[in-house]
Amino acid sequence: MTEQRLHPRGKPLRTDVNPVRLLMCKIDGKDISAREDETILSVARQNGINIPTLCHLDGLSERGACRLCIVEVKGAPRLLPSCVTLVRQDMEVTTNSERVTAYRRKILELLFTERNHVCSVCVSNGQCELQALSVELGMSHVHFDYIYPRHSIDATHSRFSVDHNRCVLCARCIRVCDEVEGAHVMDVMGRGITAKVITDLSQPWGDSETCTGCGKCVHVCPTGALSEKGKSVAEMTKRRQFLPYLQLMRKEGQK
Amino acid sequence: MNDNIKKTTPNGWTIENNGWALQDFEEQAAASSGKVKVATVWLDGCSGCHMSFLDIDEKIIGLADLIEIVYSPLVDIKQFPGGVDVTLVEGAVSSDEDEEKIHEIRNGTNLLISFGDCAVTANVPAMRNQFKVDDVLTRAYVENATFNQQIPRFGVPRLLKKARPVHEIVNVDLFLPGCPPPSDAIYYVLGELLEGRIPDPKGKTRFGA
Repeated sequence: MTEQRLHPRGKPLRTDVNPVRLLMCKIDGKDISAREDETILSVARQNGINIPTLCHLDGLSERGACRLCIVEVKGAPRLLPSCVTLVRQDMEVTTNSERVTAYRRKILELLFTERNHVCSVCVSNGQCELQALSVELGMSHVHFDYIYPRHSIDATHSRFSVDHNRCVLCARCIRVCDEVEGAHVMDVMGRGITAKVITDLSQPWGDSETCTGCGKCVHVCPTGALSEKGKSVAEMTKRRQFLPYLQLMRKEGQK
Repeated sequence: MNDNIKKTTPNGWTIENNGWALQDFEEQAAASSGKVKVATVWLDGCSGCHMSFLDIDEKIIGLADLIEIVYSPLVDIKQFPGGVDVTLVEGAVSSDEDEEKIHEIRNGTNLLISFGDCAVTANVPAMRNQFKVDDVLTRAYVENATFNQQIPRFGVPRLLKKARPVHEIVNVDLFLPGCPPPSDAIYYVLGELLEGRIPDPKGKTRFGA
């Protein structure tokens, strides 16, 4: 079986006879060489330039869900999500202008208002990526009114529970279940702020016939939305090392 | 002197302040003029932020030479004095009494600090916001009570529809998140203010810890 490997925009990857081109671009004033099939985010990170992200996770496909990785590209009228934007020849990228950081702060604040993130009583307190981002982006309070929506907790599964109050809709759980475990138990239902991660056809997780109980979704979740049962405040340590390892092993196995 | 001061709030309950405490305070204030007037307020919170404040340990003695606590759950003054330099507000605004107090505090304070997660985000008190007030009270005082099942309606402040962070009600000058804010962060903020600088607590505290 020959596998057709696609890059994020769906174009076929170049082969040995038609190799990937290298190009030059500028990120934060620094001249950088990059492969044409790389995203701005990946090129920036390889060159020690940090761009904050929430939905991106090494080893999973890109979703562009959180918009925290937005950057300014010279000539583009709007800000572009760096995780799904490929580098181009002579592209000039700014990752931390005043405009970018102001928008990032707003996006982060809106994430906090849309659900009920009560850090002090969360299983992931101190180990949460959302909480860490609030420190990184210097967010001391939220300028918008909180919505305080009513969300449920599904604890029907024997080993895991999902608390939708803490979900940021990053879709990491959905992607890992589909792309790595191959079960595709989870998906998103609804639109906008009423969107919600569901298991099977919005059935209780415990009744799911497709769930293998592997727990990958729990460990890729950036917040305390997905957790193992029996964990109390600040006790839920996520272990994500398995993901790049598993991807590498599978890649090697295909050779 | 025994002129008891009584003040009746619009929701019908009386704040009493006996003359002795007030006189005592006035003497103290006169003796220690020149100090920075600091107040701390406890709205809908667990008092953990105040505990963390006391946790600055022996440094509080040095602080006491520079500041004067004119109103606080820690001192015996019942009436917010006004003309306060810095007020630390702990807790969310949850009841009609809190709302009334926070306006009074804002009017009488130069610099208002949201002190801890409940003041900054409404935190745990806001977990009831998903439900109707009556449902919450019924759950607490009827369904989960073994004896004397009744919702208290007299002599207690009425709950607002939602618990809100302080800055949604009045202007706040500085935010100090944390549940509770670490005592070092509190000391740093007060220290910087006393030195005449505007503190930036970034990196010294965070939501939830």
